[in-house]
Amino acid sequence: MTDVSSSPILTVENLSVEFGHTRVIDDLNFSVMAGRTLAIVGESGSGKSVTSQSIMRLAESTGASYPSGRILFSTENGEIDLLSQSQQEMRSIRGKDIAMIFQEPMTSLNPVFTIGDQISESLSLHKKLSKTQALQESVKLLKMVRLPDAEDMLKRYPHQLSGGMRQRVMIAMALACRPKVLIADEPTTALDVTIQAQILTILNDLQKELNMAVIFITHDMGVVAEIADDVVVMWKGKKVEQGPVKELFARPQHPYTKALLAAVPKLGSMAGEPFPKRFPITVMDGDGTRLVGEEKTQETARYDKKPLLSVRDLITRFDSKKSFLGRVTHRVHAVEKVSFDIFHGETLALVGESGSGKSTIGRTIQQLQQATSGDISFEGNPFSGMTKAEKQRLRQEIQYIFQDPLASLDPRKTIGFSIAEPIKTHDLIRGEQKIQQRVHELLERVGLTQEHAERYPHQFSGGQRQRICIARALASNPKLIIADEALSALDVSIQAQIINLFMELQEEHGIAYLFISHDMAVIEKMSHRVAVLYLGQVAELGSRQQVLETPSHPYTQRLLSAVPVADPTIVRNLGRLRGEIPSPVRQVGNEPSIVPHREIAPGHFVAGTP
Amino acid sequence: MANFLMKRFLQAIFVLLVVTLIVAFAIRLTGDPALMLTQGAGSVTEADLMMIREALGINKPFFVQYFDFLKGIFTFDFGRSFMGGTSVSYLISKSLPATLMLAATVMFVSIIISIPLGIKAAVSKGKWADQTIRIVSLIGLSFPNFWLALMLVLIFSIWLQWLPPSGMDGFASFLMPAFTMAIILTATNVRLVRSSMLETLQAQYIMVARAKGLSENTVLYKHALRNCAIPLITYFGLQFGGLLGGIVVIERVFNWPGLGTLAFDAVSGRDYPVLQAVITILSMLIVGVNLLVDIAYGLIDPRIRTE
Repeated sequence: MTDVSSSPILTVENLSVEFGHTRVIDDLNFSVMAGRTLAIVGESGSGKSVTSQSIMRLAESTGASYPSGRILFSTENGEIDLLSQSQQEMRSIRGKDIAMIFQEPMTSLNPVFTIGDQISESLSLHKKLSKTQALQESVKLLKMVRLPDAEDMLKRYPHQLSGGMRQRVMIAMALACRPKVLIADEPTTALDVTIQAQILTILNDLQKELNMAVIFITHDMGVVAEIADDVVVMWKGKKVEQGPVKELFARPQHPYTKALLAAVPKLGSMAGEPFPKRFPITVMDGDGTRLVGEEKTQETARYDKKPLLSVRDLITRFDSKKSFLGRVTHRVHAVEKVSFDIFHGETLALVGESGSGKSTIGRTIQQLQQATSGDISFEGNPFSGMTKAEKQRLRQEIQYIFQDPLASLDPRKTIGFSIAEPIKTHDLIRGEQKIQQRVHELLERVGLTQEHAERYPHQFSGGQRQRICIARALASNPKLIIADEALSALDVSIQAQIINLFMELQEEHGIAYLFISHDMAVIEKMSHRVAVLYLGQVAELGSRQQVLETPSHPYTQRLLSAVPVADPTIVRNLGRLRGEIPSPVRQVGNEPSIVPHREIAPGHFVAGTP
Repeated sequence: MANFLMKRFLQAIFVLLVVTLIVAFAIRLTGDPALMLTQGAGSVTEADLMMIREALGINKPFFVQYFDFLKGIFTFDFGRSFMGGTSVSYLISKSLPATLMLAATVMFVSIIISIPLGIKAAVSKGKWADQTIRIVSLIGLSFPNFWLALMLVLIFSIWLQWLPPSGMDGFASFLMPAFTMAIILTATNVRLVRSSMLETLQAQYIMVARAKGLSENTVLYKHALRNCAIPLITYFGLQFGGLLGGIVVIERVFNWPGLGTLAFDAVSGRDYPVLQAVITILSMLIVGVNLLVDIAYGLIDPRIRTE
């Protein structure tokens, strides 16, 4: 934010990009100054990643061409147009003057080379340092991104590091030659919120230190509010709006920006509400916006009845390492003595970061995973006492929705077939015609049409596919749906629609949801009660108001403080977030201690002793 | 890694035991060598046959014979051939180098050619270079190797008279058998390298390597190739077995004095000791090469090494 120089370091002018004959970027203009952060925001297909790859001239390797435009980059010898450079010339700019960080820290480091090799590679290439010098410089860089044991880190391989550590290595690698421009393409999207907060702080500090221009590409308005000075909003390959961050959040002009900002769930926006709530959705309508749907409180939970599902002292562990003779030496302690109830018509959220065991709990309830001990009862009947047929019947009563809708639909079957499958498996309706009719009803219920039944999964968008998965889950009239990060892969505008669909279905059919998520803002909107998981144990459990408004476990507080809020006027101090969640893998015999719970208010349980 | 290699080593020994047992057993189902040896010798009495069997050592119980054979492996003493009484070890030591030289050359040539071609095809996917490489390799794949061998003999030995049609006599005699086998192997490998490279090139770290400003050759041959090496060497290891099998046929066509020729003659003569020894040596080679492949995994991929 400091030291604003008068002329931009990088200017994109009338840029158009085509793949074959499809235009993905149309007449794009923006510029970025040294020491400032420009956020490019957009949903999937908006062309934001193609923009960043075009600046690097990497888009050609995937088949892009540039029918018009210039990308001006100012160097010591005056401005050059990056688009008219040869690939040969670009190679001396890439990694040296303009560097890039990518989205997936798990796959952006080469698995077969050491960290030291990968960082020093740029240094030897651009700065002509010797191997020893380059390694010494790499240690400095690793210290700069605050990685502990920097010397030792040089000899390690990517698979030995966590996602957050890898992303720091990636940043160190990008900053190796002190670039003038850093392009960060969704650098924190794949990370847990507490790690995201740490990475954003590092990026922010280093930008000031090196006086870099940063182009930050993201879909997350919370992150934009946190780090950007200026914002460019992209929609379908075009820039629809541009402005300083506070201005843009306070007075969005274009209907798309308005709809986008309205769709972003804001943590804390429902303070004081005892129940989850459905809100009307802002949609684009010509030059303006329009509200669709109604505001309605979700009072569907039936606490007067017996619980639908009870989990008692559930423990799930997997063997992770064996000795030469096949004896288990290490185990993953995924779930450790977890207990909770879900009532009819209730949404219970399971929150936690990677390795917290939240998905394992869901999979154990769905019988996709064998529990080590403990018991689960459905409508008062324990799983342990059930016959095979009764367990099979449970697969009809409990349905599962996965994170990736494309991967969970058979690509070679029509979606009509996929939706009809649970009906046929459980023999719910006889007769092809009646089944077809039911499939059509289900499709219409989730906002699709009858004609869609004959199509294949690849013919739909991500949001439509998740609707299909919901229709399939509804097909067997379940009493409980486990939604495992079911909204995480969707754009926010689609997310808002699916949240409302989930709530409507809950009201109509009294379905209970076990809603597994890492997204606190979505949880605030959707759930009646919240369970926070930490290393396989429940850290805190209570109503949404209790957990979100009066968080009482340090981990819950930490988690909530790490969530970026889509409001640039709020300045957060992220300095206190340090460290990572320890690994749930333990040596055999070294069992974790179970932290007891105490009830600090009716229904509000917190782990630990006062 | 040490655990992993130890397991693989024990597995290899077990495989060899099973293979030798099956061979020793199966070969004895094919007929009585005593009858073969006395064919056309006029009046042969049962006592004569018994004498021959005793001289050959095949009157002893099967497991005793098998055990003797196993003992022989450790001292490289496989007994004497039924035909002519030459030491089997001597026969093997004469023909093994000829086969190994042929197989190793074929393997080496095919890998050296197929890696750059496969990478070129992958990088220019869908363009003319890729199409050409794919079509040519498909043509290469479509030849049966014995037919190709005969065509080569026809062209280069009979019409042009450039190369000797058979035997092992200097470099010129080496060309046709090596070329015949290399062409099919290379055609397969080009396609294999191409598809495995295509997958690797999708990876994010390739984009990252390019974003560093590395040259295209460094990106392809350093960052990409090492990552697709695991499936490649796995397949090359398996291929080696097929190659040794194919050599038996090619050695016949070119009258190459290798293990293939030796095995062929041994089968026709029910020469148990020779055949057992040849098959044992071949399976040791195959198992050994695949053990090397396992070791190479660890060298290439740190994820396997540190497990």
